[in-house]
Amino acid sequence: MRQLITRLKESELRETEERLRASAGGDALAGDLPAVDTGAIRSPDGDALFSLRDVGVWYGAKHAVSGITMEIPVRKVTALIGPSGCGKSTLLRCLNRMNDLIPGAKVEGEIKYHGANIYAKKVDPVEVRRRIGMVFQKPNPFPKSIKDNVTFGAKVNGIKGSPDSICERALRQAALWEEVKNDLNKSGLALSGGQQQRLCIARALAVQPDVILMDEPCSALDPIATLKIEDLIRELTREYTIIIVTHNMQQAARVSDYTAFLLAQEHGVNGQLVEYGPTNEIFTNPRDKRTEDYITGRFG
Amino acid sequence: MTRALFEKQLNEIQEGMLVMASMVQTAVTQSIDALKTRDVVLAQRIIDNDVQINQKRYEAEEKCIELISLQAPLASDLRTIISVLHITVDLERMGDHAEGIAKIALMLSDEPPLKPYIDIPRMAELAGRMLDGALDAYRTRDTEKARQIIDMDDEVDALYEQVYRELLTFMIDDPKTIQRATYLIWVAHNLERIADRVTNICESVVYLVEGRIHDLNISKY
Repeated sequence: MRQLITRLKESELRETEERLRASAGGDALAGDLPAVDTGAIRSPDGDALFSLRDVGVWYGAKHAVSGITMEIPVRKVTALIGPSGCGKSTLLRCLNRMNDLIPGAKVEGEIKYHGANIYAKKVDPVEVRRRIGMVFQKPNPFPKSIKDNVTFGAKVNGIKGSPDSICERALRQAALWEEVKNDLNKSGLALSGGQQQRLCIARALAVQPDVILMDEPCSALDPIATLKIEDLIRELTREYTIIIVTHNMQQAARVSDYTAFLLAQEHGVNGQLVEYGPTNEIFTNPRDKRTEDYITGRFG
Repeated sequence: MTRALFEKQLNEIQEGMLVMASMVQTAVTQSIDALKTRDVVLAQRIIDNDVQINQKRYEAEEKCIELISLQAPLASDLRTIISVLHITVDLERMGDHAEGIAKIALMLSDEPPLKPYIDIPRMAELAGRMLDGALDAYRTRDTEKARQIIDMDDEVDALYEQVYRELLTFMIDDPKTIQRATYLIWVAHNLERIADRVTNICESVVYLVEGRIHDLNISKY
């Protein structure tokens, strides 16, 4: 982390802040429109790993997400929920600069990770993505052996340690070791869907990140495989911070400590953070009527 | 997406609970009538009818468990189901207290009257008003009213203390009254517990609306 922070010079941070202020319309406008605090967006207890301030994403001329201000706690599971097109995956991808890879995508606002702006000019997006790993909806192992799948990223990133020990450690952390320890040279594609997803988690863990972003990691899995991944998510919070996008509200309720509910004006347009707080409160006693309507299935 | 079927089922469990509450209200009122008028037929009917009140509780519980397991309710839906579960248990126990009073009415029916009943009917009347008010607060989701009802429990407690002291005096003065006086203390105790159960219902109303579970009644007994 120290490496990342040292890459950010103070002048660059100031420059970014000025640019953000300008893009938000300046302080005068902010003064004219005082923020309304309804108590629906609560800061988590404990240390924040990510601090988001007025984050928005443009896809070309379309403002997909806007005005997201929230803090994401360290070594907790934070779930992002909301209807299709509300911008939850877009927001997730902002956190490790995956949106940089989408032509025409532009991120505004400020995302601080360990206090450093990950969008500052000299920050290397590859390094950001090593520290903030990602697991996708469909398991996507490489057409290589199980061992190569796990060690490939570690080798490329120069992670110290023997390939065998890196492989075993990551597979153990992903609760897959016992099932594959005798078949490490088998193709990763020969595993079941649930095992493939845990292999992808092991692959993400092998490069020693401290955050794992999960974009609907169980949507392609059967219920048993889903429960294994959910158990794993809870287990991983001992060492990692996890942010998960899910369509499955029961899953968000089961695995997360904090839940953020996002809602768009219309599909893919102007997704905003409606409510954010401890998961047990969001699911038993939400403060915003829109959250209530969504989680009780009376939305729209 | 409106979940019309689920809404209908939620309404049904609440309606079932209100029907049960009306059965309990009748049982409480009639148990005191049976005591006052030495009506053994009425007392026996209350005892027999308690099975139906118990049955209502089990039906409500089954429906609630079914909704929880099949519909995965959340937020106010979940709180509604949990409050129905709590309230039906309280109502069922209130029915047991009414049955207890009816049994004492049967036992006292062969005995000469100890004294005219004044404070015991007042306790019953007050507990009945509390139950009406609590159910009204439930229907209208009125937490202010629920809290007012809880405060009324102090009056019931005060009456109970008065009845207890008075009956104790009878027993000290004339040991032959001990059995009848003890029965009447049990009646008063049942009424005091009924009022306590009403305060539980009020707490469920507060939970339903505000999502917080806490003890709002600091009862003396």
